[in-house]
Amino acid sequence: MSDRSELISTGKPFSFDKKRDAAFEQLSKRYPTRESLILPALWLTQEQEGWVCQEAIAYIADRIGTFASKVYEAATFYTMYHLRPTGRYHICVCRTLSCWLRGKQEIVDYLRNELSLTPGMVSEDGRYSLEEVECLGHCGSAPVVQLNGEFHEDMDVEKLKALLASLQ
Amino acid sequence: MEEVKILSAKFAIKDAHKLKVAKKHGAYATLDKLFAMAPVDVIDEVKRSGLRGRGGAGFPAGVKWGFLPKDTGKPVYLAVNSDESEPATFKDRYILVKDPHLLIEGIIICSYAIGSHDTYIYIRGEYTTQVKALQAAIDEAYKAGYLGDKVAGQDYRIDVTVHRGAGAYVCGEETALLESIEGKKGQPRAKPPFPAVAGLYGCPTIINNVQSIASLPYILDKGADAYRAYGTEKSSGTHLFGISGHVERPGMYELPLGLPLLEVIDTIAGGVWKGRKLKGVIPGGSSTPVLLPEEAKTVTLDYESMAAHKTMFGSGGIVVLDETVDIVALVKNLIDFYHHESCGQCTPCREGLGWMLKLIKKILRGEGSPADIDLLRELCDNIEMKTVCVLSAACTMPVRSYLDKFRPEFEAYVTKTNASPAGLQQE
Ligand SMILES: Cc1cc2nc3c(=O)[nH]c(=O)nc-3n(C[C@H](O)[C@H](O)[C@H](O)COP(=O)(O)O)c2cc1C
Ligand code: SF4
Ligand code: FES
Repeated sequence: MSDRSELISTGKPFSFDKKRDAAFEQLSKRYPTRESLILPALWLTQEQEGWVCQEAIAYIADRIGTFASKVYEAATFYTMYHLRPTGRYHICVCRTLSCWLRGKQEIVDYLRNELSLTPGMVSEDGRYSLEEVECLGHCGSAPVVQLNGEFHEDMDVEKLKALLASLQ
Repeated sequence: MEEVKILSAKFAIKDAHKLKVAKKHGAYATLDKLFAMAPVDVIDEVKRSGLRGRGGAGFPAGVKWGFLPKDTGKPVYLAVNSDESEPATFKDRYILVKDPHLLIEGIIICSYAIGSHDTYIYIRGEYTTQVKALQAAIDEAYKAGYLGDKVAGQDYRIDVTVHRGAGAYVCGEETALLESIEGKKGQPRAKPPFPAVAGLYGCPTIINNVQSIASLPYILDKGADAYRAYGTEKSSGTHLFGISGHVERPGMYELPLGLPLLEVIDTIAGGVWKGRKLKGVIPGGSSTPVLLPEEAKTVTLDYESMAAHKTMFGSGGIVVLDETVDIVALVKNLIDFYHHESCGQCTPCREGLGWMLKLIKKILRGEGSPADIDLLRELCDNIEMKTVCVLSAACTMPVRSYLDKFRPEFEAYVTKTNASPAGLQQE
């Protein structure tokens, strides 16, 4: 497991843009406690910036009126919050049971060997990052790849090549 | 052998996720009847239907609702479990995307029955397109007056909020799910108190799976007896089964409970793929003990038969293993998953699953001894039921079944001087 305890500072102040600010205010009416806004606020941050930096943690704590340690606790526990920038195309390959049975390894091997991607790392040109993830709930069309949140089912190396070639 | 479409009735209809189309096909038609009934009669009807929770444990839904204490002066919360993270489980998302109004109608029925005005739907973070579809349907339902201050024109408020998880299998466990809604890390709570007494924000809370809730409109509309007409005495109704692994036609199929497992695999899912032989079947998600082909022949898809075969019905996620599967490598894949997903608060789970992972890797590398197989087996017994939640047992129960039913495969790894290259590749 990669280290998920380290936060990165951008050295710049962080705040929600107009759209996330409005969304945050809307959400705050839906919960009886402010702490319940921690996960939604982390999502808004990630939507806006692509990842969660140290300044964002402090900002969220401030907005909610709680300790930064509580926001930090959630940000580090939940693995979908990126604590560093990802590649422009973030590729998640399911490594669990049904995908494993139906050939996920060939997909991972291709990404590793042909594109030199290492799970948890961003490629040098910043184009790709790779993550091996747990069951994505699409086991009936395994193996499954998620690219920037979009599901791609019944994958194989040929389809993956075509998918990557179709990207900007 | 045929599919029965109760939950999936609208799945094939174009745009059935949209309110207009859904309504044309009967969505929200039960609400007049609902509000004319007393809440306790709704609970009774659900009890009589025999509906059991579809999240994995199979607890009778109506009975659970009956555990709510009366008149506490506190709000009652409904939490809908849409975490769907148990490997090989992929059924709830079809409801979220293809017929989200069925879920919302079910939420209204359940809320009214239990006296709840606030629902949180906990959906796994990976379900990106699914959360959009669900939220769009909720927005439509608000606009049309099916949610909000006056549900269907009645003096009854229901607000529904979608809460996104962010990649933690353990948050499917009901109390971890509540912690996660409260903004904390997903660490299960010690029980008792049970959520029905002290759940979300310390208030009485009912947690039900998406499929359980989506089963309610049919029960209310057609009645408990019509629902009971499907399935068996103790396992009534239909279930969305997900069939994956080595079959010709993997996918999601709605079937009545009680059908013979092997026949379902052969007829519905097209049988073992590539003309290969069957090696084993995982009957209900990765945490359920494996069945050998001869067991798969006699077991039926219901809670009683699975228990009689010393396994579990689980979440209806059937995985077919063909003759080429390296069981030792499969067990490593399983342990890896549960170890990775341990929330870390119990030592037997956090450390124990770590030791199990080390041992299985050692065996796979061909460096193990027969004593390591015994130790792995012993660890299973020592970890199980000594932890706050059953995530640890979700790992040890299946692992024990593979050790007991496929022992020679583990032995081959420790007696050969070289491990099978297949196994090494799987690392
Ligand atoms: C580790 C673990 C993971 C679970 N994951 C899920 C899940 O993803 N979805 C679900 O509905 N239930 C899950 N459950 C079961 C829930 O704790 C709970 O029993 C269920 O949501 C209750 O709903 P039901 O009675 O309608 O089945 C999980 C349980 C455990 C111990
Ligand atoms: S058994 Fe494992 S997942 Fe469950 S509470 Fe204990 S450490 Fe957490
Ligand atoms: S095992 Fe890969 S999506 Fe479920």
